[in-house]
Amino acid sequence: MIQLQNLSKDFGTLRAVDKINFDINEGEILGFLGPNGAGKTTTLRMISCFLDPTAGNIHIGKYNVREHSLQIRKMIGYLPEHNPLYAEMTVYDYLQFIAEIREITNFKKRLKEIVEKCGLHGVIHKPINILSKGYKQRVGFAQAILHDPKILLLDEPTSGLDPNQIAEIRKLIKELGKEKTLLISSHILQEVQAVCDRIVIINEGKIVADGSTEELKSSFQNKTRLELELKASEKELKQMTDELKNISIISITSKDNKYTLTELEYESIVDRRADIYNYIKAKDWTLLEMHRVNVSLEAVFRNLTIEGGK
Amino acid sequence: MNYASIIAKKEMRGYITSPAAYIVLVIFLLLGGWFFANPLFLNNQADMRGLFSLIPIIYLFFIPAITMGLLAKERNNGTIELLTTLPIKDSDIIMGKFWASLLLIGIGLLFTLIHVLTIVILGKNIDYGSIFCGYLGLILLGGVYSAIGIFSSSITSNQIVAFIISFFIVFFLFILQYSLLFIPGFLTGIFQYLSVSYHFSNISRGVIDTRNIIYFLSLIVVFLKLSQFALSSRKWK
Repeated sequence: MIQLQNLSKDFGTLRAVDKINFDINEGEILGFLGPNGAGKTTTLRMISCFLDPTAGNIHIGKYNVREHSLQIRKMIGYLPEHNPLYAEMTVYDYLQFIAEIREITNFKKRLKEIVEKCGLHGVIHKPINILSKGYKQRVGFAQAILHDPKILLLDEPTSGLDPNQIAEIRKLIKELGKEKTLLISSHILQEVQAVCDRIVIINEGKIVADGSTEELKSSFQNKTRLELELKASEKELKQMTDELKNISIISITSKDNKYTLTELEYESIVDRRADIYNYIKAKDWTLLEMHRVNVSLEAVFRNLTIEGGK
Repeated sequence: MNYASIIAKKEMRGYITSPAAYIVLVIFLLLGGWFFANPLFLNNQADMRGLFSLIPIIYLFFIPAITMGLLAKERNNGTIELLTTLPIKDSDIIMGKFWASLLLIGIGLLFTLIHVLTIVILGKNIDYGSIFCGYLGLILLGGVYSAIGIFSSSITSNQIVAFIISFFIVFFLFILQYSLLFIPGFLTGIFQYLSVSYHFSNISRGVIDTRNIIYFLSLIVVFLKLSQFALSSRKWK
């Protein structure tokens, strides 16, 4: 449905987006993930026709952003970053203004549906600037889906909201995802994990990973991590990993000078837990805890965007 | 409905709901009224000439004030992203803002018709033609200043900066006529032609010359095109 082809964007000498390629299929909920400043917003701004690409193109159906900007803008619902709104307008006036430009016939009927969907009861005649952040976000959503677009672009839709509001917005996103193609940008992993079918990770303008949540996780599960809390010095621990071979220490922190918290890593092919336990038993160290650390998407993300970047 | 008129409607709603527009309008009318009423009784002359020569000076402050926010505020609040990703052309956005500004000026001028009424009641042998031409000139002049104000608003996100830039441009075009003494002889013709005051005084004397009309209309077109260019420049900057 949406195809990004060799898409690049320069701001002066800075390359914000560097030759990215990916497709978004119809009906898919795609999470567009990356640290701040990775190029997420710039990419979304190019799809929404706010910015022109420096190179490459974006195709949506039979249209492309370079030649059919107006047609594409008609197909898209866009919630920009920070959710800009005309603060001095009432919610009703604002939505009416959008409806007039979007040429929505029968505004009254559509408004009723939108109020229902976005939970805007009771605030429709209030000026936007007195609304809470959660309500403002709902007004932003109402604006984006007013013309019932096939494609919805959401740029960090839950940033700055409290946990209850985030849960509500996520529910709304999930509901919208049933009938629309969604592209959601975020730097929050849990969010993407909670609502998206597929994840594209971008870092420094380049795509570093593309796949389903499970795929991304499994690609990083060739290593196992163990967390141990025990009575042993740093030096002794280093000696242990040297003697046992092929185990690396990820981190060591001493807790109140008695116990040490350490994280170890080894290749998943061979289970080394018995080796480690036997070594500790032989040395007679007091072992308080030993458990496997689940590779979270968080770790994948950190790996790709920080360690991978180095 | 036409897209530009939807934008104009939105801007008019903005003017109506904000106190700033009322304050500026009241100051405009107070100043106009004071300078109209004074010479009327002092000189015992029932004409609009005093007012017609004064309004262009009030315009120097009035129009930059009502146009400064039109694009700068959108940029500052980020709503420019919302507006420009709606399916409308940049030219419609600029035209909508222009019509809104001109409409507010028109409302201000409408209130000054009360002075015309005073003259009609008090005076004899009223030259309706020159009054009509005076108003036509004021509307055209208002159009030029609005276009300049919108251009200034389109190149910054700070309303105060927009005000200062547009004030300097309109002030420059206004005083050219009065600075001809200090300009080498061979340039005076050009400078005089560039001055808005020269063209305005021609029209307000009751002479409608196509040269004057073309001058005003071309300035409007040039500054609106420049604003549109400044608005679109976000795409490739």
